[in-house]
Amino acid sequence: MKRPDLANIKQWIRPGSRVLDLGCGDGTLLSMLRDEMGVDGYGLEIEPENIIQCVRKGINVIQRDLDAGLSDFDEQTFDYVIMTQTLQAVHFPDRLLTEMLRVGHQGIVTFPNFGNWKNRLQLGIGGRMPVSKTLPAQWYDTMNIHLCTVKDFEDLCHQHDIRILERMVVDQAHRARTGTRLLPNLLGEIALFRCQRGSV
Amino acid sequence: MPMQFPTDSVGLVQPQKKSFHEPISLISGRTLPGYELVYETYGELNQARSNAILVCHALSGDHHAAGFYANDKKPGWWDACIGPGKPFDTNRFHVVSVNNIGSCKGSTGPNTINPETGNYYGPDFPIVTVKDWVHTQHTLMQSLGIEKWAAVIGGSLGGMQAMQWSIDYPDKVGHALVIAAASRLSAQNIGFNEVARQAILSDPEFHGGHFYSHNTIPRRGLMLARMLGHITYLSDDAMRAKFGRELREGHLNYDFSVEFQVESYLRYQGSAFVEHFDANTYLLMTKALDYFDPASEYENDLVTALKQATAKFLVVSFTSDWRFAPERSKEIVKTLIEARRQVSYAEVEASGGHDAFLMPITYYMQVLNSYMDKVAEEVGA
Repeated sequence: MKRPDLANIKQWIRPGSRVLDLGCGDGTLLSMLRDEMGVDGYGLEIEPENIIQCVRKGINVIQRDLDAGLSDFDEQTFDYVIMTQTLQAVHFPDRLLTEMLRVGHQGIVTFPNFGNWKNRLQLGIGGRMPVSKTLPAQWYDTMNIHLCTVKDFEDLCHQHDIRILERMVVDQAHRARTGTRLLPNLLGEIALFRCQRGSV
Repeated sequence: MPMQFPTDSVGLVQPQKKSFHEPISLISGRTLPGYELVYETYGELNQARSNAILVCHALSGDHHAAGFYANDKKPGWWDACIGPGKPFDTNRFHVVSVNNIGSCKGSTGPNTINPETGNYYGPDFPIVTVKDWVHTQHTLMQSLGIEKWAAVIGGSLGGMQAMQWSIDYPDKVGHALVIAAASRLSAQNIGFNEVARQAILSDPEFHGGHFYSHNTIPRRGLMLARMLGHITYLSDDAMRAKFGRELREGHLNYDFSVEFQVESYLRYQGSAFVEHFDANTYLLMTKALDYFDPASEYENDLVTALKQATAKFLVVSFTSDWRFAPERSKEIVKTLIEARRQVSYAEVEASGGHDAFLMPITYYMQVLNSYMDKVAEEVGA
């Protein structure tokens, strides 16, 4: 199965590196990185159904709640700590981001861009919380409790002395187009960032 | 007498016995001149001899892990997991379950005869450790013509043996399943064991461990030890759900008789236990638990200890287990990641306390099933 979102992440990963995937789901990303990049990976996941899927794939999966933090892991244990579409669902995104960059040399974060024009339209003109393909849930049953825009994320990085190494903003099909390049916060639907601690 | 067994049972089983005449030097510094091991096997060893898995028992367990003895109503202690179509699938794996030395269930232990004296070993049976057990299990493995375990599996004290195997014989363990265990006991845990031991040691019927020749057993002490143990193997919630404050006779008597149902239950469990368990063995088993600390051989660094291992690990804990709490399992997982070993970890939501590891909890069974499927694929089982 082609997963363009995973392909975008893959291009940022050095073959043979050590990877921690926060909220690894059913292990699709990790199994691809293992099979295609020879990555030595571990995933953190909370849902039993996902844990079983990971175990079936032979992925190293650790059952734990991301909101409990990463204090179990020592500094710089991993080359990359990845968090795809999870940042907006945790209780303390800022703390987790800092933690990611403590246990990993680099962090790779992807999230739905709340600043996308369709969301702005639904909220600004329609007066209702946006529902879209990227954000399919209703306000009352969404897991996304900390939605942010591309600009918000960049501000957060700045405030926490986090250096952004690379940014990619894409459309719903995970393609970077001229529009998403020129006006990422308005036209982009999904944002991908590669970053590290500023003081490193 | 024809017996009907459930279709997912291994059915009628029989223990086997092997004698080893080579003396064995134990960690305590003492030597056993030789020993016997009682064991059971379920499922066929394949042509390639690649599908053998070892099941290690806990404190009061034995080799009878699955299936039925003739006229027995209850199957072996881990029948929930061992059998056709179960996680340790006997259609795919050759399961070996061995009774450890120092036990009282058939292998050489305090209640067997010391060939040098012609009397029961009793309290003279040397202290044995998890490492000694792994050593003897390895000897059995060689005599069975098995070169590598596809997996070594155990819960509680059994999980400690799985860990020790992975460290001591890295090339002979494909996977280690460490369930409801710890890399060493906490002070609280040793404390419980000490109270259990003192209950036995202070029973006048114990006679310094020579109770066999006095034709008695330290019933009260062993019963107390078991009652205490039992409380720690259950959770507060499980006991609340099972007994609450229910009264046996429906009213209070204002005396020290059995009033609450929980008292009745504990006394029953305790008194049933003393009829089939040896007090000297109970002392030895609790000591083996207390002494377990594989890091101690590696300058107290568990990372270095686990770096010896090449096995892949599955670590499982249960949320309501406070005797071997999830935190202890997380320590093992953390260390394995630091040691760059392959590891998966499942924390099973369960109300049953430490004993949950013996129960067929759906998610737990699914994790074991999925994991063992991968193991079977790897070894062509």
